[in-house]
Amino acid sequence: MTDATGARLGERYAVRSGWQVATLVERRIESPSAATLVLDVPGWPGHQAGQHLDVRLTAPDGYTAERSYSVASGPTLGTGPTLGTGPDEPSTGRVEITVQRVRDGEVSPYLVDAFPLGAAIEVRGPIGGWFVWDAARDAGTPVFLLAGGSGLVPVMSMVRARRLAGDRTPFRLIYSVRTAEDQLYPDELEAHAVRGDGFEASTIFTRAVSLKALRGPRRLTASELATWGWPPELEPRVYVCGPTGFVEAVSRMLVAQGHDPARVRTERFGPAAG
Amino acid sequence: MTSATPPVPGGPDPAGPGSAPPDSAGSGATLTPGFHGRARPEGVILPPGQYAEEGFPVLSAGPTPNVNTATWTFTVTNESGIAKSWTWADLMALPQDEATVDIHCVTRWSKFGTRWRGVSLDVLLADVDSTADFAMVGSYGGYTTNLPVADLLGGKAWIAHTFDGAPLHPEHGGPARLLVPHLYFWKSAKWVRSLTLMPTDRPGFWEKLGYHDLGDPWREQRYQGD
Repeated sequence: MTDATGARLGERYAVRSGWQVATLVERRIESPSAATLVLDVPGWPGHQAGQHLDVRLTAPDGYTAERSYSVASGPTLGTGPTLGTGPDEPSTGRVEITVQRVRDGEVSPYLVDAFPLGAAIEVRGPIGGWFVWDAARDAGTPVFLLAGGSGLVPVMSMVRARRLAGDRTPFRLIYSVRTAEDQLYPDELEAHAVRGDGFEASTIFTRAVSLKALRGPRRLTASELATWGWPPELEPRVYVCGPTGFVEAVSRMLVAQGHDPARVRTERFGPAAG
Repeated sequence: MTSATPPVPGGPDPAGPGSAPPDSAGSGATLTPGFHGRARPEGVILPPGQYAEEGFPVLSAGPTPNVNTATWTFTVTNESGIAKSWTWADLMALPQDEATVDIHCVTRWSKFGTRWRGVSLDVLLADVDSTADFAMVGSYGGYTTNLPVADLLGGKAWIAHTFDGAPLHPEHGGPARLLVPHLYFWKSAKWVRSLTLMPTDRPGFWEKLGYHDLGDPWREQRYQGD
């Protein structure tokens, strides 16, 4: 069922067939409910910032569960030649995912708390070519990132991609999170922002304030979005990621403020995550 | 951010696969030690890799468009370029079906026994002059998805406007979406506005981005090549 021209765009985003075995080499606690898993994936072909991977877990009776997680690491993080080696050449790669524990979830509590260091898990990917930012392709156009909760993960991959590429594309991030202790990567975000190379981040808390809070606990307002983001006249690339309620509310505000819906890319974490 | 490795409940498994993972997947005994999963679902059959979901998660690639039924139209265009359109009132005047179906999202949730009301594609395509084997379905907002015509006919697909007895919510594709429950749910285009028949298959939005042209959940056709 290939296109008559034989030059289908899909091949650029082809997902490698079959599962491969990855090893957990490091676990970093990011918050009381989230951890970053560093996976060693032999032959990882590299990924674009914003892509995800599938994981498959196997129980002793053969039962399997599959889930998708956004890649947190920037595209070139690796222990070997992870990029540009082509599908035919073996390479080794490190890939990081940040997993938020979902209460009563089937998979996330296991990955955050119990999956042992040195143990193996099947992975497949990278997957997805829409919610991505590529320094080589997309540099120069201002980027407006809006992340709710663990929706920061693929967005952080974009921030890391920019940093790894030494890119100075103007980035603005609004990060909405319940409380200060739920924040992911707070020190790294601050370190990026104080470099003064065109990355700005505004973090707001929806449930409880901290001493460093910009304002009282409430959801993001339209005027805050306008103040801390880019105006539509700059025609930024806009990425919105988070729970459905966040994505719906934010994308409505963006469109109401004049952002072209065609430039607003969204990714939602449904209530079924887990 | 800390880079220290915290203690891990259970600790490294001394009998685990360590640094020499097998080349090929499938040796279940070495994978994800200590994972047991939920109680296995009873009374339902899940396609491979899916799990049962009670809620109704939302997934879309961009903002939810505002589609007004006063200006809504659905247009079918055949391979000769001949078009036939229905207004909202036209759609409502057609014979309506009730469908209770299971739906399967490629993000791995499946939802059983969802109740819909809409117009069968058999009705809408009945008088269309075409020998095409494929269709590109288009949406308000610009989304597209390709399907074989065979998967749209024979009581398998609808233009659905009512979910669970209420008008379909915009987040879920209202006022009307394509409903093709036997394929992964990205094929059931939200905010549907057009169907273009085509003699040869061409990829739609997600299909260009690596997702499968057919998307049969029972054969786990998630990505191109599956």
